[in-house]
Amino acid sequence: MNDSSAISVSGLVKTFGKTRALDGLDLSVKSGEVQGFLGPNGAGKSTTLRVLLGLIRKDSGEARILGGDPWRDAVVLHHRLAYVPGDVTLWPGLTGREVIDLLGRMRGGVDPERRAELLERFELDPRKKSRTYSKGNRQKVALVAALASDAELLLLDEPTSGLDPLMEAAFRGCVEEERKSGRTVLLSSHILSEVEALCDRVTIIRDGKAVESGTLSDLRHLSRTSVSAELARTPVGLEELTGVHDLHVEDHRVRCQVDASGLDGLLEHLTPFGVRSLLSQPPTLEDLFLRHYETEGREAEQQAEAAR
Amino acid sequence: MKGLANTLAGTGALVRLILRHDRIVLPLWVTVLGLLPVAIANTLADLYPTAVERQSYLDIVTANPALSALYGHAFGSGLGALTAWRLGGTVLLVGLATLLTVIRHTRAEEAAGRRELLGATVVGRQAPLFAALFVAFGASLALGVLVSVGLVAYGLSATGSVAFGLSWAMFGWAFAAVAAMAAQVTESARVARGISIAVLGVCFVLRAAGDAGGKDGPSWLSWLSPFGWAQRIRPFGDERWWVFLLFLGLIAVLNFAALVLSARRDLGSGLLPTRLGPAVASPWLRSPFALAWRLQRGTLLAWTAGLAMFSALLGIVGESAVEVIEDNLQLRAVAKQLGGSSGLTDAYFAAVMGLLGLVASGYAIGAALRLRSEEANGGAEPVLACAVSRMRWVTSHLAFAFLGPAVVLGAAGLAAGLAYGLSAGDVGRETTRVLWAALVQLPAVWVLVGVAVALFGVLPRFMAFGGWAVLAVCVLIEEFGRPLQLSKRILDLSPFAHVPKLPGGEVSAASLLWLALIVVALGAVGLLGFRRRDIL
Repeated sequence: MNDSSAISVSGLVKTFGKTRALDGLDLSVKSGEVQGFLGPNGAGKSTTLRVLLGLIRKDSGEARILGGDPWRDAVVLHHRLAYVPGDVTLWPGLTGREVIDLLGRMRGGVDPERRAELLERFELDPRKKSRTYSKGNRQKVALVAALASDAELLLLDEPTSGLDPLMEAAFRGCVEEERKSGRTVLLSSHILSEVEALCDRVTIIRDGKAVESGTLSDLRHLSRTSVSAELARTPVGLEELTGVHDLHVEDHRVRCQVDASGLDGLLEHLTPFGVRSLLSQPPTLEDLFLRHYETEGREAEQQAEAAR
Repeated sequence: MKGLANTLAGTGALVRLILRHDRIVLPLWVTVLGLLPVAIANTLADLYPTAVERQSYLDIVTANPALSALYGHAFGSGLGALTAWRLGGTVLLVGLATLLTVIRHTRAEEAAGRRELLGATVVGRQAPLFAALFVAFGASLALGVLVSVGLVAYGLSATGSVAFGLSWAMFGWAFAAVAAMAAQVTESARVARGISIAVLGVCFVLRAAGDAGGKDGPSWLSWLSPFGWAQRIRPFGDERWWVFLLFLGLIAVLNFAALVLSARRDLGSGLLPTRLGPAVASPWLRSPFALAWRLQRGTLLAWTAGLAMFSALLGIVGESAVEVIEDNLQLRAVAKQLGGSSGLTDAYFAAVMGLLGLVASGYAIGAALRLRSEEANGGAEPVLACAVSRMRWVTSHLAFAFLGPAVVLGAAGLAAGLAYGLSAGDVGRETTRVLWAALVQLPAVWVLVGVAVALFGVLPRFMAFGGWAVLAVCVLIEEFGRPLQLSKRILDLSPFAHVPKLPGGEVSAASLLWLALIVVALGAVGLLGFRRRDIL
């Protein structure tokens, strides 16, 4: 186990009865990075986190966290990590502050100044009984409890669900600070803009398998840039270029999607026609994500079609 | 009219939803409780075949304050009256069943947030409360009909059978209405349940206190309690139908109040205001055990106080029991049959402590079930994600399941012993004897907790059902096994059958050791199972 790896998971399988929640998942998180863990509902994000916390037992595969076995070494490891569950339920009779203090003390390390600052930042009234908190306020309690800890690894399961946009911004600010202070964060989410704004690297999971993994720029290579250009003359021969898709030509105007590998060829081809204006948009994570799921979905549909 | 239709819109669908939820539990308790009277009548007919024997048995029991306290007065002679008297305390189970049904489908649903989901559909404001009451009323009525039909079919008088069946149905209605009211008062289903059960307990104690004194005693106390009303209808005696008016009045008032409150209050809120809590957690709130204490202390204190008061009453009655029956040979036989040892007071206290053991088991199983509800509600996950081992978390709640009943029974034994000792004039000796009689129930209580813990480790989803089912079986065996003349093999299934009959009885080290071994084995199965399994 090398020091630079906070989480390393390979070939992880977890079944619940007949459903295979995790089906050979690979995931690696380096120390000090903020990694996004993206996938739609039911893809296996929470199951992965629960295996990493030792709450459930893997069926097969490898899972290491902070250099230890998540099941066997759970208690020792939990001193060094903090967790925000996806569905935060609190004890109805305890106040927010009591929950925060209790969880912090049971983990074994709270930073009181940080806690006070976070309470203020998230505008949480800590004296209210948990029973009366809204979903967003329960989420804030769990966030403050985790962020105020001195843990080196944060496992956050859809941490912004239920937060309003202002609080979401506050959360982003916090994660930004965590990154600067060198903490490792695994951020599970289905909100692409959040991951795009916060994460160094992203793993996309689907049906219990990692389907893409890498830095955002790595992943962008896999995606298409959308290009629109206005030319002096009507272009010809664009259809024959490799890597150009969804081509629309209207008089002097061109719109298309280009693979990263085809960008060079397209520009060379366009120049002779006199480029008046050129607009190129880098692929957003959203495009990437949708493309992945749309194609997979279409394939599945076709397979179903063929089977009929 | 349109307004009424609006507030009740969707009641039919909700009734079907409740029936779908309770499709096993509801028919189960209706059938078991519904057939019990016939079974009891049948065995009483076996035990006391002739009218003379029945009459002399009844004479004895009416003269005995202790038995009157536990079972109430007997009115009239004959097999029917005897059966009705013997089941005078059993009606408590009917009230318990209906009040739990109503809380489960009103405040519990509301606190869980499911009521909100329903409230957004075409469901009237009063429909959920109305549906829950409708089901509880329907089930009580079905129970009453089953009881009446059974007794008539057995050959008892039709008038008496109908009066008796109807008294059970009314009793069920009354506590459904109590629960409907309690559900409006607090925000927590647990507290609402506690209030309803406390009312049930107080009503039982009122009746017991009123009946214990015999004719010269404060019998007006019994008239304050639905337990007293149910008996003063005098089924199989000279039936007094007007007593049903008391039931109807109480039910009408409570239901009306509950509906008014439910119409005025906000969804999710109660009558009692929620206060702000402390701005900082107190320094002791730092471990799983501290959390468990915080979650369980209220229940433990309430049970301890409630049972201690009940036991003190039974202790006071114990003295008068002995005075009246000192030289009555026949009564000695009866007392012996109830408790199984020689001295009359000893037999009385042995019987009382056996009852308290069952009641304390109810507390203990509830405390153990906190493990499962914490796990299912998501309360276990954040704790186990801290530096807390599974064993530490489990033992924090099991401390209450195992030591809690020791506290409850200790307080009960002490209260009964002191009360009896003071009236008997030998505080030192009697207190210790009665206290030991209470504490000796613990191994049997722990066996039931052990079953629940084993289920928690191996079949967590069945923990609640299995835990309560095992207790229900023990209650039936202990309270009705001997009157029903069940075979010894079945009687021996209950761990309480192996507890020494203290005070006065022999203490068998072997049987206590066996009980202890069973507890250890069940506990080990549960703990090892939980260490290996997923958190669900």
